[in-house]
Amino acid sequence: MNMPLLVDGSLVVLILAVAIWTIAVRDSFAAVVGYAIYGLMLALAWVRLAAIDAALTEAAIGGGLTGVLLIRAAVRLRPTESVVAVETPGRFVKALAAVLAGTVSAALAVVVLSFPVPAPTLAPQVAGHIASTGLGNAVTAVLLAFRATDTLLEAVVLVFALIAVWSLAPDRLWGGRPGPRYHLEANGMLAYLARLLPPLGIIVAIYVFWVGADLPGGKFQAGTLLAAMWLLAIMAGLTDAPPVSRGWLRVALVTGSVVFLAIGFAGVPLAGAFLAYPAGYGKPLILVIEAASMLSIAVTLALLVLGPPERSAQQ
Amino acid sequence: MNASMLYGMCGSALVGIGLYGLIVNPQPLRKILSFNLIGSGVFLLFGVIARRGAALGMGGDPVPQALVITGIVVAFSATALAVALLLRLQEASGSATLSSPEPADPPDA
Amino acid sequence: MSLLLDLWTIVAVSAGVFFFLAGTVGLLRFPDTLTRLHALTKADNLGLGLVVLGLLPRVSSPLAGLKLVCVWLLVMLAGAIGSQLIARVARRSGPPA
Repeated sequence: MNMPLLVDGSLVVLILAVAIWTIAVRDSFAAVVGYAIYGLMLALAWVRLAAIDAALTEAAIGGGLTGVLLIRAAVRLRPTESVVAVETPGRFVKALAAVLAGTVSAALAVVVLSFPVPAPTLAPQVAGHIASTGLGNAVTAVLLAFRATDTLLEAVVLVFALIAVWSLAPDRLWGGRPGPRYHLEANGMLAYLARLLPPLGIIVAIYVFWVGADLPGGKFQAGTLLAAMWLLAIMAGLTDAPPVSRGWLRVALVTGSVVFLAIGFAGVPLAGAFLAYPAGYGKPLILVIEAASMLSIAVTLALLVLGPPERSAQQ
Repeated sequence: MNASMLYGMCGSALVGIGLYGLIVNPQPLRKILSFNLIGSGVFLLFGVIARRGAALGMGGDPVPQALVITGIVVAFSATALAVALLLRLQEASGSATLSSPEPADPPDA
Repeated sequence: MSLLLDLWTIVAVSAGVFFFLAGTVGLLRFPDTLTRLHALTKADNLGLGLVVLGLLPRVSSPLAGLKLVCVWLLVMLAGAIGSQLIARVARRSGPPA
């Protein structure tokens, strides 16, 4: 039996089993925990597909941050679970849904099996031009040099999503602090972890950001680590969530997009096109954009998890 | 069947599982979970396309990988917005149901 | 020499997997939360520790070996803190129905 195929086969069986369990289990809290586990197994699948950057991102954001977000929501929604559960559709609708789901899966499987051979790929074009960017990691080069407009738009989309979340607060709480006030237990376990882990987390985040130029890593993964450390400190009660009307908070949110846009527009007179880098200045400019974006991503992701303001700014 | 095809089958199955969960589960939080399953299944298909484009010493075609990374981050922000909407719905109307209220009881604003 | 290192890797990783198996069986078979936590910590400490020790001869540089040991220490830290928090909630909510 082919050993790598056995490993891949076992992983696929595990992933599908956890996914089916997440759909089928009765308790919503258990389903959320199942989804976090599913995210981590999916990160392993990404490693097997030789996409290490995607594996890091999936483990951090898909498994970690989404898990935290959904656990907080599941705990809040627990009282309404049984009330809504009576709306479960009957057997006929379930059978129809199964047929539809099966058809969609089968159609996708047919598409996968009829992928063209040899596979079309842009790897030769990337390899041919990557020397001009000064980077060693092809994925970072694609994100910040060859398809930089996509990354710029994504940074802006994150800010829009946060504004949309903030807009859900009641009018009287606009500009207040998001999330509840977490009680600090000075000698408790969570406070101990919140004092021990953030310095280490910040060092690892800076390392992941710096090494992302040549090895798997980059600003998304680093920003997620920073956001997680900040969230840990807030949830242990060591620090409180800042009011969303604070000036420094809003500046931190938009810094990434503003720097990205500024360098982009500066490329028009200096290098001939929007987001073109002048020859020889590629790597320094990319690092500046990445550093500013990492900060903005960290603040944005943490605030997205905390949610809309729930307390007035004075509390 | 080699490894990439196996993960391609896995991605297709995940989209189907997520679609079934989206239709059958009445709780909105479970629907959000199922939607995330569909999304990650699609990303896995992207990963298979990237792996099949391996060439010149790179493990995979970097362009689909970069698209997936962008996609994971944007999917998280969409999930966060959906969860915030759901919690606000629960605060405003007292229950997290997607079915319309009966005509006799007007919902509280 | 390399045969000895390969043998060490096989033995250590197999022993680590055995402890993971033991932890999982404990999770499924033990009656309540506190005993299940007790079983899981075996998987965290011994299981992962033996797997890391088994992989150490195969690393490409001392820095990579240091990173592996850091991973083990961080997982133990997370496991210890998590177990304490879960155990406190389990004790507060009393014996299960």
